[in-house]
Amino acid sequence: MKKIFSRPESMSKKPFHYCPGCDHGVVHRLIAEVIDELEIKNRTIGVAPVGCSVFAYDYFDVDFNQAPHGRAPAVATGIKRVRPDSIVFTYQGDGDLAAIGTAEIIHAANRGENITAVFINNAIYGMTGGQMAPTSLIGMKTQTSPYGRDAATAGHPIHMSEMIATLESPVYVTRVTVNNPANLMKTKKALLNAFTLQKEGKGFSFVEVVSTCPTNWGKKPTDAHKWLTENMLPVFKLGTFKDTQGVEKS
Amino acid sequence: MAEKVLMKGNEAIGEAAVLAGCRYYFGYPITPQSELPAYLSKRLPEVDGVFVQAESEVAAINMVYGAGSAGARVMTSSSSPGISLKQEGISYIAGAEIPCMLVNVVRGGPGLGNIAPAQSDYWQATRGGGHGDYRTLVLAPNSVQEMADMTVAGFEFADRFRNPVLLLSDGVLGQMMEPVTLPDPVDYDVNSKKWALGYNGKEKSERNLCSSIFLDVDELEEHNWHLYQKYQVMTDLFSTGEYKDFAVEEHLCDDAEIILVGYGIISRILKTVVEKCRKRGIKAGLVRPKVLWPYPAQVFERLAKTANQFLVVEMSCGQMVEDVKLSVNGKKPVYFFGRTGGTIPSDFEILNEVDKLVRPD
Amino acid sequence: MSSKVERIILAGFGGQGILFLGKVLAETGMHAGKHVSWIPSYGPEMRGGTANCSVILSENEIASPMVTVPDTVIAMNRPSVAKFNLKIKAGGMLMYNSSLIERQEFRDDIRLVEIPASEIAEELGNPRVANLVMAGAYSKFSKLITFEDLVAALPGLMPGSKKEMLEINLAAFKKGFDFVEEKKYMFGRYVYSVFKGI
Repeated sequence: MKKIFSRPESMSKKPFHYCPGCDHGVVHRLIAEVIDELEIKNRTIGVAPVGCSVFAYDYFDVDFNQAPHGRAPAVATGIKRVRPDSIVFTYQGDGDLAAIGTAEIIHAANRGENITAVFINNAIYGMTGGQMAPTSLIGMKTQTSPYGRDAATAGHPIHMSEMIATLESPVYVTRVTVNNPANLMKTKKALLNAFTLQKEGKGFSFVEVVSTCPTNWGKKPTDAHKWLTENMLPVFKLGTFKDTQGVEKS
Repeated sequence: MAEKVLMKGNEAIGEAAVLAGCRYYFGYPITPQSELPAYLSKRLPEVDGVFVQAESEVAAINMVYGAGSAGARVMTSSSSPGISLKQEGISYIAGAEIPCMLVNVVRGGPGLGNIAPAQSDYWQATRGGGHGDYRTLVLAPNSVQEMADMTVAGFEFADRFRNPVLLLSDGVLGQMMEPVTLPDPVDYDVNSKKWALGYNGKEKSERNLCSSIFLDVDELEEHNWHLYQKYQVMTDLFSTGEYKDFAVEEHLCDDAEIILVGYGIISRILKTVVEKCRKRGIKAGLVRPKVLWPYPAQVFERLAKTANQFLVVEMSCGQMVEDVKLSVNGKKPVYFFGRTGGTIPSDFEILNEVDKLVRPD
Repeated sequence: MSSKVERIILAGFGGQGILFLGKVLAETGMHAGKHVSWIPSYGPEMRGGTANCSVILSENEIASPMVTVPDTVIAMNRPSVAKFNLKIKAGGMLMYNSSLIERQEFRDDIRLVEIPASEIAEELGNPRVANLVMAGAYSKFSKLITFEDLVAALPGLMPGSKKEMLEINLAAFKKGFDFVEEKKYMFGRYVYSVFKGI
């Protein structure tokens, strides 16, 4: 019998600690598959954020640094400058990347660091227990926006992909999601594009994955993707905002 | 011996870092240390090194964290307000045990303060600085030559102890020029650290992790005691062991009745004061800690038996004086004289203080 | 002037090459095998219209590089005289740029040396070398550095400079040195009066 599905070599055997219905595990796996396919496991270095995926290093069987909150792109810069032949990626949530680490991601992108940033946008702080994120939707109730996010006092959801795409240096900026098998395959392709571009030394790539957080959204795991599709995708439109090398055409 | 060159302190640090095998510098502009990044932005590309002007001090220290994790000899520098911003990263670096070299060219504080020389970051430097149970090795040069020598030594110490090392300088030392004999270049191999990310000599099954998170309470306790033990080893080496002579300079202390204590630029002024005292028949001596953490307490324990009193002089309202008091441990009186806000005490005003102490009428 | 140590404060306004003049003296001292230190102005000294630096030349190791009581002040503009005149050690020297500072009696216990440095520099065709005229003049009095030491140190101070530039600098040294030799400087006790015009 032929084995058609197994754990990617780049994943560790440790079971995920993520909640049921959370997309972290799915995206982790896609990244690991890409690392395997590109045969870069022995030279890949990940940078874990602060947030639910702080333990990302437990699940990948590659070298890892665990960075301070929001600073992963700066840490990745340091690593990549010392080891330009390695493949360096950051894995960050919306609190990490779009709030406290805004400066670091913008400037790493603007310097055109030859790294890949994977941005998990689920519109909420997960690990600290469901506080409002910069990407929380207008009217969205969270622990720190109990009356719903009010644009008058808390501003609007921040669109990181669109912002980063305005910079000259990044080569690839795309927003994807894993709410159904077709989109999941697109996400895999986007990650493959991003890591391939880095491997080829082309420059900074950014993959935003619109993701779930059923626990802090107060949804059943089975309802989370439906809520994401109906509420988040109208605000965070899927698509590729920058592709200077034309990887999606080829 | 190599030829002497006239160099600014800040530039001497830069050149010494290059000679020590440092090829990575990440920083953010702030006065009065700007000569150092300016020097390295020119010098590092000549040796295929990397200079990055980061978007902030916060980013710069995290680039250091990354580069250090990847096994490089790496440095950042700043001045007081910028060092405050770097404390988050320094805490992570200490927790993850990543070697690196930090330079603080201290200026007046608190807050934005001013750009004049000061020694008011002593507490921040010697008590860790950021959050958590950690220490940084703190070196305090008092000449341009020592700025160079201690930079080279600092990289060695950082690697030996897998710990951040802080060179605590000030605006005068950074800006002054003196002749320097530059150290011999070191050939540093970025693949010499087995624990580093991307280390190329690993077995296939191994992987490396640089992290400061230990969510399990037992694991964090074990880690913190492990750090503590390392700090104990460092304390022993700098007080009674291999580096005890490196840690402190004594001048005319054997028969001294009054011991003057100061570090950095102040120690130079105190040496002049001691000379003037001796000419006047006052038996004064000087203790200059060259390492501020671990503190050379043993010297004070010994001198408390022979001297009558101690006078600590600082460019602050009194910070190191607490360590002197702890070391003298009540056996003899410890007095303090300080100027702050950017004023450097003159030899005359210090001499006046000595006069008041030795001739109390 | 002591034969062991010379403490000098150099002052003028920005653009007069004060810091470089200090560096010239320090570098020359180093080449002559002396201990030297150079520090730019610091703290409260930074206030008030002058750029200044302190240089120490010494036979022995230099303890404090701070100059609180200078043996010599080289003043390139008026505010510098006002600022440092009273700090000069009794028996010390005030060497001043008489092109910009009119002849006055400052103190009666110091040697006064006037050098029309700006005019000499103009004559040489480059007003920017007035500082080096002063360096040449200083070497006349120094017991630790000589005119020959200055000349020997110059190429190291200006790496990559054009030959013409080196020549005009050397000429500035020489003019300053010779001016003193012609004894067009004041020496001795003068009637004490308040320095006017500041």
